[in-house]
Amino acid sequence: MEPLVAIMVGALTAGAVYLMLARNVLRFLFGLILISNAANLLIFASGRLTPESPPLVPYGADVPPPGVANALPQALVLTAIVIGFGLFAFALVLVYRGYQNLGTLDSDEMRIAEPKE
Amino acid sequence: MAGSSHDAPALGGPIGIVSILIPAALFAWLCTQIGAVTQGPVLWTMDWVPSLGVEIGFLLDGLSLTFALLITGIGTLITLYSSSYLGYQAHYPRFVAYLLAFMVGMLGLVLSDNLLALFVFWEVTTISSYLLIGYLADDPKSRRNALQALLVTGTGGLAFLAGIILIAAAAGTFNISELPDLTQSLLYPGIFVLVVLGAFTKSAQVPFHFWLPNAMAAPTPVSAYLHSATMVKGGVYLLARMNPSMGGTDAWFWTLTVFGGVTAVFASVVALKQTDIKQVLAWTTLMALGTLVLFIGVGTPYAIEGMVVFLVVHAFYKAALFMVAGLIDHGTGTREVDRLRGLAGKMPFTFAAALLAGASMAGLPPLFGFIGKEFLYKGALESPGTLWVAGCAFAASALMFAAAGIVAFRPFTGPRSVPAETAHDGDAAMLAGPLLLAALGLGFGLFPDVTEPLLGAMAGAVLGEPVALDLYLYGGVNTALILSGATFAVGLVLYLLHGSIRRGLQTFGEGADPAWDRLMDGVAAGAKGLANFVQGGRLRVYVFVTFSTLAVMLAATLIRAGTLPDLFELEELRIKHWAVLIFIVAGAGLVAVTNSRMTAVASLGVVGVGVALVFIIFGAPDVAITQLLVEVLQVVLVAVAMLKLPHMKPENVKTVRGKDMILSLSIGAMVTLVALHVMATPLDLRITEYFEANSVPQAFGRNIVNVILVDFRALDTFGEIAVVLIAALGAYGLLRGTRYRGGSPR
Repeated sequence: MEPLVAIMVGALTAGAVYLMLARNVLRFLFGLILISNAANLLIFASGRLTPESPPLVPYGADVPPPGVANALPQALVLTAIVIGFGLFAFALVLVYRGYQNLGTLDSDEMRIAEPKE
Repeated sequence: MAGSSHDAPALGGPIGIVSILIPAALFAWLCTQIGAVTQGPVLWTMDWVPSLGVEIGFLLDGLSLTFALLITGIGTLITLYSSSYLGYQAHYPRFVAYLLAFMVGMLGLVLSDNLLALFVFWEVTTISSYLLIGYLADDPKSRRNALQALLVTGTGGLAFLAGIILIAAAAGTFNISELPDLTQSLLYPGIFVLVVLGAFTKSAQVPFHFWLPNAMAAPTPVSAYLHSATMVKGGVYLLARMNPSMGGTDAWFWTLTVFGGVTAVFASVVALKQTDIKQVLAWTTLMALGTLVLFIGVGTPYAIEGMVVFLVVHAFYKAALFMVAGLIDHGTGTREVDRLRGLAGKMPFTFAAALLAGASMAGLPPLFGFIGKEFLYKGALESPGTLWVAGCAFAASALMFAAAGIVAFRPFTGPRSVPAETAHDGDAAMLAGPLLLAALGLGFGLFPDVTEPLLGAMAGAVLGEPVALDLYLYGGVNTALILSGATFAVGLVLYLLHGSIRRGLQTFGEGADPAWDRLMDGVAAGAKGLANFVQGGRLRVYVFVTFSTLAVMLAATLIRAGTLPDLFELEELRIKHWAVLIFIVAGAGLVAVTNSRMTAVASLGVVGVGVALVFIIFGAPDVAITQLLVEVLQVVLVAVAMLKLPHMKPENVKTVRGKDMILSLSIGAMVTLVALHVMATPLDLRITEYFEANSVPQAFGRNIVNVILVDFRALDTFGEIAVVLIAALGAYGLLRGTRYRGGSPR
């Protein structure tokens, strides 16, 4: 099953890179979303994929049955999703303010810090 | 530039007095060491970096003690002179701080036994001389010349540091007192080139000479100090210090004699071209430095004895004459030799100092300078390559005679010129230095025996073996004496003809300075071009470079890994897997190429749901729930923002960006391969197993993922909440912050 996720990660990364190379910062933002998803999937899959057996300990037992999914990457990805969302929200507001102040979404036109000659 | 001193506090006030007392006290203490040092070197050591076995040591032998005495002795006179010359200025305390820092650096340079410590002090002198030369910082020329001195000597300093490291590699020690003979080492050529480069830049040998005359932008006391006892002698000191362990080879002999000789003759010719007294003196300093290097290169006992005597002679007369130049400037307001005649009547004390110091510079008997010149000639005559060495020494000495006449004799004699009518002599503080130094030149000339113990020890330190130095004023009629007579005759002719010689020389160009300015302009233009190239100010270029670097590194990693991973067991895939795969790949592709915002947001939603489905299929329901929640929030936020944002115009460039497409597809492909590699490596499950085993017994939770988040790694979760909070605060601040109004947001 892992090659399946590997292909998804590659596709998401390719789309993300293409979007981040665009001049429109809104596209850059979309690229950011895609690349977070790619990273999350990669972390998740690197702990190996186990179909349909969540890491739960049944009542009456002290340990989970053998063959449950790897709990550690799941915890990591949970954290990563939330932090990625925080980053996204901040970046979105930044784009919004940038448009309000500069009147453009074209990163080539955003030249206050490095003015044109 | 030198104003009246009537409103200055005596001796420059408390600051001036302290600045005079510090070198005076050091000088007095060093004098008490002469007796011990003439018996043999004195060495103190203490631990510096014990873990590396580096200890800092101070070596007091004839060479370093003579230098230290010159630095502190002349330093005392210079600070005394400065207290009157500059004491009334607002920036005088700053000047004193620079000068004392410079003095400390110079003392450390000559006294350090450890080469690394020597280098540190070497750089202290470089930096403090930069501050001193640029002391008149309002003047752009002064700043430029200071920077030039810093760059030339600083570059040489770096070469010297590399040389030190090679020396340590070859000798196994940083301590000068333990250095073996390095000439047989395999590293000798490298050491030689680097050390000589450091010494030549510091001591302004051709072709690195140009910074020294420009350093005249400094106030006169600084010039007097830098040119006589300190800064420029740093390189000479280094060569003299390294002579026992590096000297004696053909490379050493020819490099030092050729560069030293060329510097000596070239500089003394250019000296005649100058009309500013300070410039004449500056170029004769180059001549003296060239001569010193020349005779260190010769390296025979007579040559080293001559070098040692000449070094002291030069320090005395050059400091005295620079202070005389300052007195003339102070008394008349000009330093142009053509406008200065007949000053003797108005400035009798200055004249006395100038005459004695000038006579020593010209090498006339019975002054100390005569003895110095005689010993140089003796050294030259018995040296290999006699013709070259003696020829250079002769030419330089004759030209020096003429230069001495121009600065020390001509301004004071003849009919009184206009500036001389209103001239006045300096006060006691300014006259003490030149008079004392000039008198010492006469006293040591008449009684050279008193200098023998110390200078003998100095020559011994340079040679690496004890010498019995015997100085005398008259040693019978010999070749050296005949050469001296010829020097005077030629020098006199040159002096009488110097007006026409100068006019002839002035038809030549400006020398190295325009080339230096072009070099600096070129460096600045190159740096600007590079910065504009690297930092063009376009975000997507930076991103492109970043991702290209990533692509190269991924490719390198994959090539090193070699084998391709086993790709597919496609038979295991069922419909739901295919569905998710198509969702995600198609969604990512669509969001990448669409020009419609709604399509993009919808595609992002498809991708997000697809990822959530992956989590569900592979046993991560908690993650899937979070993913779905976040996905909904993202879409809502983007939708709200889009009410205020413009449509995504088709880009000015073509819709499909070919270069970007190739880069992104190749990165995607390589990421897939890397992911396959990662998933093919064996997995270490110890941490997961720990959580599985302890979730219920220790944390009493049956959902292991939740237990990890809220119990085992609770602090991480707390950090995560903090991050989200900070992002929220930042976003809030951005939304509430004041907006730029009007046209330009600057």
